[in-house]
Amino acid sequence: MTLTVESSRRNDPDLAACWSCKGPVARGSLFCATCKAVQPPSPLDHFARLGLPRRFDIKIPVLEQLYFGFQRQLHPDRFATAAPKAKQISQSQAVAFNEAYETLKDPLTRAAYLLALEGVKVEGEGAHTIADEELLMEQMERREALMEAADVPAVQALAQAAKTDADAALSALASSFASGDKDAAKRGYLRLKYLVKLGEEARARRARLSMAR
Amino acid sequence: MMLLQIHEPGETPLPHENEKGLAVGIDLGTTNSVVAFARDQKAEVVRDARGIALVPSVVAYVDGAEPLVGELARRELLDRPEIVVSSIKRLMGRGTDELAKLGGQLPYELGPPAEGGMARLNVGGRLRTPVEISADILRAVKERAELALGRNVDRAVVTVPAYFDDAARTATRDAARLAGLEVLRLVAEPTAAALAYGLDSQAEGLYAVYDLGGGTFDFSLLRLERGVFQVLATGGDAALGGDDFDHAVAAKFLAERGGATDRAHLKQALATARLAKECLTTQDPWDGMLDLGDVESAHRLSRADLEALIAPLVDRTIGIARATLEDAGVEPGQLGGVVLVGGSTRVPLVRARVAEFFGKPPLTGIDPDEVVAVGAALQAEALTAGSDTLLLDVLPLSLGLETMGGIVEKVVERNTPIPVSRAQEFTTYQDGQSAMAIHVVQGEREMVDQCRSLARFVLDGIPPMVAGAARIRVAFSVDADGLLTVTAKESSTGVESRVEVKPSYGLTEEEMAAMLRASIDNAQDDMERRLLTEARVEARRAINAVQSALAADSDLLNEAEAARIAETIEAVERAMSGVDRAAIQGAAEELEHRTKPFAEKRMDRGIRKALSGRAVSDLGV
Repeated sequence: MTLTVESSRRNDPDLAACWSCKGPVARGSLFCATCKAVQPPSPLDHFARLGLPRRFDIKIPVLEQLYFGFQRQLHPDRFATAAPKAKQISQSQAVAFNEAYETLKDPLTRAAYLLALEGVKVEGEGAHTIADEELLMEQMERREALMEAADVPAVQALAQAAKTDADAALSALASSFASGDKDAAKRGYLRLKYLVKLGEEARARRARLSMAR
Repeated sequence: MMLLQIHEPGETPLPHENEKGLAVGIDLGTTNSVVAFARDQKAEVVRDARGIALVPSVVAYVDGAEPLVGELARRELLDRPEIVVSSIKRLMGRGTDELAKLGGQLPYELGPPAEGGMARLNVGGRLRTPVEISADILRAVKERAELALGRNVDRAVVTVPAYFDDAARTATRDAARLAGLEVLRLVAEPTAAALAYGLDSQAEGLYAVYDLGGGTFDFSLLRLERGVFQVLATGGDAALGGDDFDHAVAAKFLAERGGATDRAHLKQALATARLAKECLTTQDPWDGMLDLGDVESAHRLSRADLEALIAPLVDRTIGIARATLEDAGVEPGQLGGVVLVGGSTRVPLVRARVAEFFGKPPLTGIDPDEVVAVGAALQAEALTAGSDTLLLDVLPLSLGLETMGGIVEKVVERNTPIPVSRAQEFTTYQDGQSAMAIHVVQGEREMVDQCRSLARFVLDGIPPMVAGAARIRVAFSVDADGLLTVTAKESSTGVESRVEVKPSYGLTEEEMAAMLRASIDNAQDDMERRLLTEARVEARRAINAVQSALAADSDLLNEAEAARIAETIEAVERAMSGVDRAAIQGAAEELEHRTKPFAEKRMDRGIRKALSGRAVSDLGV
């Protein structure tokens, strides 16, 4: 099943050839209008894939309704008795929507993704070069305090403080994005990331302490 | 939603479609198995003449006879324990070395491993792998359904513990195939239970499923919303269940007797322990005899005794439930309900602890032994007849790769929705390095030796480069069944070297084929029939596609062209009514070939229309 027709068409920006009936399909369509065959995922960013505006401030219930709506049509369960190629395409569609949903539902990954779309690198090599000494010092102190906390209530208090600060950091991050300040957004992202991680460590420590009782 | 349809309404259905068997739901349990069938979103559990739904997951291999499964096999347990296998599910997907470690505690005798390294048991002189033994159970369950429904059953949704790793899932799917069942989907047991409850009660909100079976514990957190069953987090222990309660009680009895015990004694003591445990659900205390052939001994067990023995095990389940909720950031009080699944949730202490932890009495409206099969049957119907409900499940255990120093680099985190694809890039660490060993593991621990090893393979043919220049992309792809495929390729030079691995504990496709041949006479036919069905489905798709195109654009063809296409379609139809798979594929390819000029004309028209500024098709449907 090759797409020879498509390649001979000098890359029309709006049209592709349906893999099944070989006729024209508007790019980005989920299904062929003529033969109803499911189409492979288009190279879209996660926001566009789910039909959301590209911005940090998104409503989670809206995100979820969109995601569920697409999965209702595209999940491999809908193609359990379909032809093998259609099954395979439905899986790649479901993968694409799962990835979009996973990335956007968590503010931290959403922020990193949005910054990456804007050309600001926050993950991987060369990303952690900003020297925010204040942030580093603060984190080291808090981590130390966590390790020294000897009982559940003490850990609980630190976890609660981390949670409160994380909520504040999230609001700050949202305003940075809203005002288009990429540098502030990047700093806000890193701060939120450390706080979330601290919260996780506090939870793990609390679990260990309550287990040891 | 009619997207599932392979043919248009009113069109003649697939020839031979009437031959297609029914699709059922099977709960392949550690202790008992149950099969159910659904029609119009109403599921019914298949019962025997006496109204019993549970088929004990016990197989007896009597010399020179077909294996006995279920109650008949269980009866052999007291007289001839050496020919009987039970709780085989605990060994699914386990390697020989793992079993050797458990050796002393297992009431089985290990035989020499199969060629692929899969463990084999020596059961009364017969060598059987866990996959084959499970297949014997599935075959019996399938026959029970066929007898009750009066139709051939050839497809099934089979449930697995949510916490089953890739190897155990693969082994389960292989067992079903060996039993002549096409697996429509492997569904996690708690998810199936939630489906059964949710569809029954139209529940919405957050729900937890506490599933304590014979050999496995699963805990899942789900969100139910307008027909969507979204698994948010799952946790569990694939080696914790009612069997462990029995072991604790049996050990007490054997200690009370004193003296030496052997494997046969252990099997019998376990059977008595189970009886005592079950009796204690409704009476207190239990008094009974343990008859081990040589000496009979009397034993008494009170509910308090039992609870003291099993409390640490029950506490472990509550600990797992707590950790799973914390993972998802959910407090016990936020839950709309807790569904109890599995025979071991009948134990009063379990119910009490669950109620205490969640602060509300658990839901037990559907028989905890049958609820999983009911959900599986509903899903089998949804997959074959179409449905508006949607199951969104997650990967239960993280997948990763071994890196330097035996450290695991996680590629896909647990609780990621499936299907999922993730890739990671690696590079060479030596000049001119031409091969790279890739070790795929599953688990949460940081060190490789504390995780489950799924597959090892070597990517070779890497062109010579300086260290660090190669770009090796290892891609993990997990399908909706939770089954993994790993692909690796070197891409920096444009020279692609590619390896594809289906991690599975032991069974290669060839071994599967060999086992199929050995197990049932018509197995070959079975496989051939499946391939034939697939070829017909594909040919039908090709015809439908062309007919849709004709309906839209037939004016692009002159009479002769239209006639030629019609002829070719007829040729495909003719081939499809036969049983020659190659002929069907050939005819379908010919159809694709003959309609190429037509397709080009349609593309041209599409482009002209697009250029004239008119929408060709509505975006996104």
